[in-house]
Amino acid sequence: MEPILTINNLTKKFGYLTAVKNLSFTINKGNVYGILGPNGSGKSTTLGIVLNVVNKTQGNFHWFDGNTTTHDALKQVGAIIERPNFYPYMTAEQNLKLVCRIKGVDKSKIEEKLEIVGLLDRKTHKFRTYSLGMKQRLAIASALLNDPEILILDEPTNGLDPQGIHQIRQIIKDIAAKGTTILLASHLLDEVEKVCSHVVVLRKGEKLYSGRVDEMINSHGFFELKAEKHQALLEVLESHSNIGSVKVEDELITAFLNEPMSASEFNKLMFDKGIFLSHLVKRKESLEEQFLQLTDNQEN
Amino acid sequence: MLRLIQLELQKLWLNRASKVLIIISFILPLFIILLSSFKIPFFGYFTLELGELGLFNFPLIWHLVTFFASQFKFFFAIVVVSMIGNEYSNKTLKQNLIDGLSKKEFILSKFYTIVFFSLISTIVILIMSLCIGYYYSSFTELVIVTRELEFLFAYFIKLVGFFSLCLFLGMLVKRSAFALASLFVLFILEWVAYLFLWKFSTEELATNIQNFFPLKSMYKLIDEPFARIAATKIPDNQELIRDYAVHFSEIAVVLGWTAIFIFLSYQLLKKRDL
Repeated sequence: MEPILTINNLTKKFGYLTAVKNLSFTINKGNVYGILGPNGSGKSTTLGIVLNVVNKTQGNFHWFDGNTTTHDALKQVGAIIERPNFYPYMTAEQNLKLVCRIKGVDKSKIEEKLEIVGLLDRKTHKFRTYSLGMKQRLAIASALLNDPEILILDEPTNGLDPQGIHQIRQIIKDIAAKGTTILLASHLLDEVEKVCSHVVVLRKGEKLYSGRVDEMINSHGFFELKAEKHQALLEVLESHSNIGSVKVEDELITAFLNEPMSASEFNKLMFDKGIFLSHLVKRKESLEEQFLQLTDNQEN
Repeated sequence: MLRLIQLELQKLWLNRASKVLIIISFILPLFIILLSSFKIPFFGYFTLELGELGLFNFPLIWHLVTFFASQFKFFFAIVVVSMIGNEYSNKTLKQNLIDGLSKKEFILSKFYTIVFFSLISTIVILIMSLCIGYYYSSFTELVIVTRELEFLFAYFIKLVGFFSLCLFLGMLVKRSAFALASLFVLFILEWVAYLFLWKFSTEELATNIQNFFPLKSMYKLIDEPFARIAATKIPDNQELIRDYAVHFSEIAVVLGWTAIFIFLSYQLLKKRDL
């Protein structure tokens, strides 16, 4: 796989505070990556360092094969961090022209990219008249101007209304479908879950996990069960070797699996024991549950 | 280089405030022409016409016009300071860097713009002086006209030096208003330092050292022309005969400051986390 960004033992200290601690990961071409972590976990700092606006304290990083300077590499990268930053007194079109000049891209792309984010009819309006959602979409158009190898988005849906969030996510999905590598930093877990294939989890500047989203923790999932013979069901579950811990909330029993086991297999087993289930669902932990489990484990 | 100037000019020209200030800074010096046609009536006895006094004779005119025109540099200084301040307050500096402008290119685009503006301003002054000069001057021989053209060069260096100082102050404090205030503080500090030096040494030594201070060295490039004008009227008065010429050493000092300010601005940007 072709690496796009390689980070080795990166550390950033702001005075006494260590914002990023010994961080290493690699971003390969064609995947959609999420950087996940609560506020203040070092996501934006890490992105700031690789984008040349924050100075690193230690470690190193390189773009692509390592033979391009960061300055040249950034011309093949599209990035938005935190808030959309444009000149308020210029129109959308003028702002994008400026970006074209910086990136050394032909101006013919402007219309095409404005079309993608649905701002073509507002292109002659000044940036300061835009709503937050429009500003964010303009930022995406700007980041796409050079047809980047990788698109970096830092909290792209922060502060948007549900409609705006939906629009931005749809745009991201469309871009990802075209094969552009995406790096998405977010503290919204369902956002990462919906969009990303790979994830890097950060907490207090340290990497807790990096890899595929669905392999984040070794889990075989769990059953949610209800039955009239509540007590009998519990007894069976406790004696069965495939079942790990069991959690009871009123009627609902949650049984975590130690070994893989299908729902029909389990249903048959219950039937044989003379227990008729009124409710049977097999689920895997959501990213949120996995994330909390991961961060909790580290704390203990 | 062209790309960097284009970039900055787009930022300035589309901003209404800086556009107005730029236009003002070009137009106001032109009012020196008005001054030339000024007629001061003396109670009906006679009229004093400045143009007829020989003030606009070549080569004196170069000295006079560059001295007055450089007083209007403050308008573009506001533009310089706000072009840095705006980049910080709009956070567009950060976005520019992310979009692939290097920190060096960022500073250079500002510096090139300063040089570009100073050059245009110098050319405007050149043309204007030639017009006034040929109209009023008693001597229009090419040898005399081209004498003391170094004042024009000094004017150019003075502008570049002063705006570089503004650029540095803008980078240092990030906000336009504070940068202008710190310019004033620097002015006061220079005088305080001068008075201190004077108190603890001689006036001569203090003046010599003061001539190396940033603002004073820029001011010193083009000396005030009044005494010289008086000297042309009263040639016998020995007190009025001083050294008015533009010296290479003075230019070197200002160029030195310019280099220091641009270098420090770059270092500041390089060190800073945005």
